[in-house]
Amino acid sequence: MPNTDQALPTGLPALQLVPKAEAKQSMKDFKSDQEVRWCPGCGDYAVLAAVQGFMPELGLAKENIVFVSGIGCSSRFPYYMNTYGMHSIHGRAPAIATGLASSRRDLSVWVVTGDGDALSIGGNHLIHALRRNVNLKILLFNNRIYGLTKGQYSPTSEVGKITKSTPMGSLDAPFNPVSLALGAEASFVARTVDSDRKHLTGVLREAAAHPGTALVEIYQNCNIFNDGAFEVLKDKDKAENAVIRLEHGQPIRFGTGQSKGVVRDPATGDLKVVEVTAENESQVLVHDAHAASPTTAFALSRLADPDTLHQTPIGVLRSVERPVYDTQMAEQLDTAVEQNGKGDLAALLAGNDNWTVVG
Amino acid sequence: MTSQVSSPAGQADEANDADQADETVLGGQRAPHSEKAGVGEKEIRRLDRVIIRFAGDSGDGMQLTGDRFTSETASFGNDLSTLPNFPAEIRAPAGTLPGVSSFQLHFADHDILTPGDAPNVLVAMNPAALRANIGDVPRGAEIIVNTDEFTKRPMAKVGYETSPLEDGSLQAYNVHPVPLTTLTIEALKEFGLSRKEAERSKNMFALGLLSWMYHRPTDGTEAFLRAKFAKKPQIAEANVAAFRAGWNFGETTEDFAVSYEVAPATQTFPTGTYRNISGNLALSYGLIAAARQADLPLYLGSYPITPASDILHELSKHKNFGVRTFQAEDEIAGIGAALGAAFGGSLGVTTTSGPGVALKSETIGLAVSLELPLLIIDIQRGGPSTGLPTKTEQADLLQAMFGRNGEAPVPIVAPKTPADCFDAALDAARIALTYRTPVFLLSDGYLANGSEPWRIPDVDELPDLRVQFASGPNHELADGTEVFWPYKRDPQTLARPWAVPGTPGLEHRIGGIEKQDGTGNISYDPANHDFMVRTRQAKVDGIEVPDLEVDDPSGARTLVLGWGSTYGPITAAVRRLRAEGQSIAQAHLRHLNPFPRNLGEVLERYDKVVVPEMNLGQLATLIRAKYLVDAHSYNQVNGMPFKAEQLATALKEAIDA
Repeated sequence: MPNTDQALPTGLPALQLVPKAEAKQSMKDFKSDQEVRWCPGCGDYAVLAAVQGFMPELGLAKENIVFVSGIGCSSRFPYYMNTYGMHSIHGRAPAIATGLASSRRDLSVWVVTGDGDALSIGGNHLIHALRRNVNLKILLFNNRIYGLTKGQYSPTSEVGKITKSTPMGSLDAPFNPVSLALGAEASFVARTVDSDRKHLTGVLREAAAHPGTALVEIYQNCNIFNDGAFEVLKDKDKAENAVIRLEHGQPIRFGTGQSKGVVRDPATGDLKVVEVTAENESQVLVHDAHAASPTTAFALSRLADPDTLHQTPIGVLRSVERPVYDTQMAEQLDTAVEQNGKGDLAALLAGNDNWTVVG
Repeated sequence: MTSQVSSPAGQADEANDADQADETVLGGQRAPHSEKAGVGEKEIRRLDRVIIRFAGDSGDGMQLTGDRFTSETASFGNDLSTLPNFPAEIRAPAGTLPGVSSFQLHFADHDILTPGDAPNVLVAMNPAALRANIGDVPRGAEIIVNTDEFTKRPMAKVGYETSPLEDGSLQAYNVHPVPLTTLTIEALKEFGLSRKEAERSKNMFALGLLSWMYHRPTDGTEAFLRAKFAKKPQIAEANVAAFRAGWNFGETTEDFAVSYEVAPATQTFPTGTYRNISGNLALSYGLIAAARQADLPLYLGSYPITPASDILHELSKHKNFGVRTFQAEDEIAGIGAALGAAFGGSLGVTTTSGPGVALKSETIGLAVSLELPLLIIDIQRGGPSTGLPTKTEQADLLQAMFGRNGEAPVPIVAPKTPADCFDAALDAARIALTYRTPVFLLSDGYLANGSEPWRIPDVDELPDLRVQFASGPNHELADGTEVFWPYKRDPQTLARPWAVPGTPGLEHRIGGIEKQDGTGNISYDPANHDFMVRTRQAKVDGIEVPDLEVDDPSGARTLVLGWGSTYGPITAAVRRLRAEGQSIAQAHLRHLNPFPRNLGEVLERYDKVVVPEMNLGQLATLIRAKYLVDAHSYNQVNGMPFKAEQLATALKEAIDA
């Protein structure tokens, strides 16, 4: 086993025990020799490029980075990263990564998953990883469709979606992954978009630095089965009025000329969008990603219209520090040694209720 | 029995091993030697063995009572074997038949193999306990009943229209009516406890009485009670007082005119230090020992399930051994985390029972494909579905063997006695680590909760399980480049290298999609898939396991073949038959996949092969399919272990057929 004692602090609390790279890295270092096999034009390419481009910034020894995925188009991701990787089974990546991360604190562990993998078959593992706050960075590629099985609706598809399995329209109400994560006690929740490399990289940077589980929802276009699902957030003209860019410490404003703002409705306590005027400007909510309570972050996540995606907040909705599972697990081991001494197998087997037979 | 008796049977003193032959004839306690009592002294009889069953309501503390009596007996030096039997409900409706909980203990001055077929002594704490157990009690046996509970309502609850204590229906037994509740409350008068609180100690009163009857040492129980109730000294002392009151009651009352001695089994045990141990405890220790011998951290991913949870509880107490225990959100996450930890270089373990295995199947298949070491501990219980959670069964063999999609061979190891769970865990770890494969360890509820004396091994003599992680390139390309191929195999074991994250230069990706031989890259090539399927099978087929030993002192024509926890009853039955002059050979399988190399040859040597199993013939099915042998099944699936007498009869019929 590699020596974890020699790990150098990186300045990032989540990665303190992960050894640093000896030499400067480039994007090329993180490209594996495998041919990328997503459909031409798939949003996954952009995310892969962004992640490969961002990794050198962390400056971690790449042998100490692991990508774990489930099943689905996005879950092929680990094959293309020149790090350690595991392409596991449908929905189970958070569980497998939990075992890895909680036993190896010298690793930077990333989970790559999709809306079907994380929210349908693997929903249970996702919420429990979030509540435990294991040191995992979960990249949830949300294309609102099942791609690998060729086009059935997913748990994030809008109601009434016509697909191969729902010729008369789907009946299921969709999950809002950000709302779900906040409800599952997530300590870090963010949303970004595949095509906005700068924003995506910024969110990855914050996620990487976060101690504990970070959930990053990435809106990702499936140009074969759900093309244009996020067009309203990408089109230059439309995006201005559809996207709410959240920045910690900044008033929450968007729209042409920042004309709109988010305020609290005094009648209900909920949030609402208003036209900003000289009178109400002071009431525009200032985004606080570090708020102890997830209530406002949740209210922000509900501003988005699930059908039109108008008023979709992107950026870091929540980033708070709370105890990290694997750290505490390791501390319990240390405490046990302090209290009882290092395990002595002979003493354990002998117990305190034995007898001796002499021949 | 002890786990250190290496050859299955027969080497012990045969004359002694008519063993249980008497109990079907006579329930009363044998008295080979009797000391005439002096004036004012009670008679003491010497016995060579006794079977006691404590039975009461699930809330009466019968398991604790049995455990304590077992500890006293173990420290006294008898050989022993236990059978706890309790309902799945934590508190089934009080006073009902389904709510009865019992604990049977067989102890002797010689080597014994089973918890005994039928009790010589039944302690019945209420009418339900009497009614539920009387059918197992042979005539002439002693029955101690708590008369306080034999009132109209509790009797009516279990269908006694008249009191069995008065209507003559127990005439054939030696009944000791004792007002246990009243006596306990009386004894605790000075403690200022409520009636209800005081009543709770009646199990300790009963334990005290039985401890007197059988001359058990008492210091251990008193120390245990003081430790258990350390935070409630008043309750601790009340229990100690009830325990002593029970002892004194035996000594003073005329109803108990005789007490019994069962001498320590000094002849039985090879030199060494012993302790009493249950299967689940032995298994937990085996896992800790395996990790130490492999010099790897132990990682348990588990979801609570009866009867496996005790392993999770036990391992979670030993974090100072570097043991990580992860209570997962479900069975799938339990094995997932264990597999993730194995990828990172831990000894990954998951513990469960049959329904949990069903949920873990897909991940076991992934582990087969990833070729990583992983232990899957299945403490089998009655099935299908939820089945009988607290009862024993061996019906997961075919699930372990075949319960996955695709060709996904997994080695299977089965312990044969509670103490043997320790060695089986080490053996399973050896296979997993050497061959980089998931391994099933099939224990069961009977082994898990049953206990026996165990000769504590010298830790310096435990096997060396260390393995080498990959540390550098293992393959040279045509152009001379040195590379690392994650699926380039060891030519001997066919194991692939274990390259753990953190090792520079060995970055690689593995997954559940079929891989190209050598490189491990995704491959849909038909010929490659055929090759990989056959290679994974060949790896498991090639696992080294010791040859099957056959115990056949007289050139028998009939072989009885068992596996797992049936070892005790089968061996006891074989001893009986041999004591009667019958000729029968016995062999017991520890390795169910792969089978020992010589199994086919062994089977061929016999005219008849009988396979007793606590299922409908799963091993017999495998044997028939693989060796074309006309193996006869003898089956029982009632949630209980075989009784030796019943097996002896069945085997006799097979011999004569």
